[in-house]
Amino acid sequence: MATKQLGIVTTQYFQCAEPPDELVLKSGERLGPITIAYETYGPLNPEKTNAILICHALTGDAHAAGFHENDSKPGWWDTMIGPGKPFDTDRYFIICANVIGSCKGSTGPSSVNPKTGKPYSLNFPVITIQDMVNAQKLLIDHLGISKLLCVTGGSMGGMQSLTWAVMYPQMIHSVIAIATNYRHNALQIAFHEVGRQAIMSDPDWQNGDYYGKSIPARGLAVSRMIGHITYMSEKSMEEKFGRKLFSKERVGYDFSVDFEVSKYLRYRGDSFVQRFDANSYLYITKALDYFDLTEERNLDAVFKNIQSKFLVISFTSDWLYPPHQSMKIVRALKINDVDVSYIEINSSYGHDAFLMENAGQAHVIEHFLARMLLERKNTAMP
Amino acid sequence: MTPGNKPDIRLDYQIILQLVATRSRVLDLGCGDGELLYHLIHQKQCQGTGIEIDEKAIYSCIERGVTVLHSDIITGLKDFSDKRFDYVILNESLQQVLNPQAAILAALRVGKNVIVGIPNFCHMSARFQIFFRGRVPVTAELPYEWYNTPNLRFSSLKDFRSFCRNNAITIVKERDLGRHQEEHLLPNLFAHIGIFLLRQ
Repeated sequence: MATKQLGIVTTQYFQCAEPPDELVLKSGERLGPITIAYETYGPLNPEKTNAILICHALTGDAHAAGFHENDSKPGWWDTMIGPGKPFDTDRYFIICANVIGSCKGSTGPSSVNPKTGKPYSLNFPVITIQDMVNAQKLLIDHLGISKLLCVTGGSMGGMQSLTWAVMYPQMIHSVIAIATNYRHNALQIAFHEVGRQAIMSDPDWQNGDYYGKSIPARGLAVSRMIGHITYMSEKSMEEKFGRKLFSKERVGYDFSVDFEVSKYLRYRGDSFVQRFDANSYLYITKALDYFDLTEERNLDAVFKNIQSKFLVISFTSDWLYPPHQSMKIVRALKINDVDVSYIEINSSYGHDAFLMENAGQAHVIEHFLARMLLERKNTAMP
Repeated sequence: MTPGNKPDIRLDYQIILQLVATRSRVLDLGCGDGELLYHLIHQKQCQGTGIEIDEKAIYSCIERGVTVLHSDIITGLKDFSDKRFDYVILNESLQQVLNPQAAILAALRVGKNVIVGIPNFCHMSARFQIFFRGRVPVTAELPYEWYNTPNLRFSSLKDFRSFCRNNAITIVKERDLGRHQEEHLLPNLFAHIGIFLLRQ
């Protein structure tokens, strides 16, 4: 079947928070000027009621769908976004922005600090999920959108979505929160701590001051390897690798690469180093670890002012952000009388399931959004 | 046209549509593919939520635009505040619950009214099979063998009435159904399904 394609897309850049109007961060520090890299797909309708914000995960970027010029790989959620896809670009105006602190076009530790003319490195202020959302809000305001039809994302993208609904309830018609949590727990923090230690103990890290020099490639690769294990599941690893040996007939009784899974992780680690900045990894994992919507309060109380409708999605084999954590979100929404649908999708792909082609996820998102668009059209009319 | 006259809607759904007041808040426990909720939302302007354990059924619900929670009945009921719903529906789902008493009492906690639809395990055809054939009955309404039935709990309409009496539950209305029409004569013998409107 011939389908329409999104085709070539380009990243745009929005400059904001110029001093003295810097963005005030949760820590109290100020950040500005800020560049936000973003992409949009599909037309914004004249009433501006069909805008959907897609929030990316830890190492994602603004390039969610379509192809960049001369690039053979599409955006990270291309299976979900495009003409006739669940995030249907014939019907919706899709926005995806790179988070601050990242290294994919938005201001982060590898950006040049205008005060010094050198990269921020560790002089970049520590950021939080709330700060990411506040930066996105500057962009949404700039685009002239007063209410988003939906804000959505998986993992860290889900945390941003929840944060949007809590911080700006009147701006969010609906939320699709996928494979996420309302606060980082000890296990999740622990994995990040090991990842950060791997980077910081690499001699090339140099207290973050490695730009223009040798990068902490070993440390960053190891932290990615750890991360990648947590994104898979025992079952998916067993099916994909088992105990298969890598280009040898029998084990070597030495410390060379014996197993396919070892080779795969090394490959993943090494290719990650080519595309991601170690300091950004430190900053964003820290933002995740600081994430706690409750802040010592009861989650029911946090959701008190929510005005959005919710679709919450989890995956059976996701042991990093397991279904029971999503159910806590659902529970608190129920207590607050929020219109919430919840589905636990059977999948063996672990946390990564939301990024994979998944017919169940596609189905529920497509139909949930259709209902939201209909409601929004009916309520936006005088 | 009143919903009761719609020939394409299942008879038990037609009866439930008659029992539920317009613009009510409804919770359907074990809502299946969401068809009943869909009719309640569109014909009676109800605000509806379903609870369903089967993943495939959830897809149908969301496709219909029905709000649904993927959960078992008892867990799903837990977090709703008291009398949050005008009606809580347990249609064709109670017999598959391990502890029907707990489910009904929990439903009565969150609902001002509870509608229970149960198959009558003492319908004439079932009695016939037990009495003359000496076999556990298999009927159109109860098509399973003893070893593969999802039904855990078996009651007759009489049993259910006495259960309500013993638990101080008021039966506000009872509608007993045969295959194609309501049964008014000796329902415990001739009705396949009993639909009860309950209050505490």
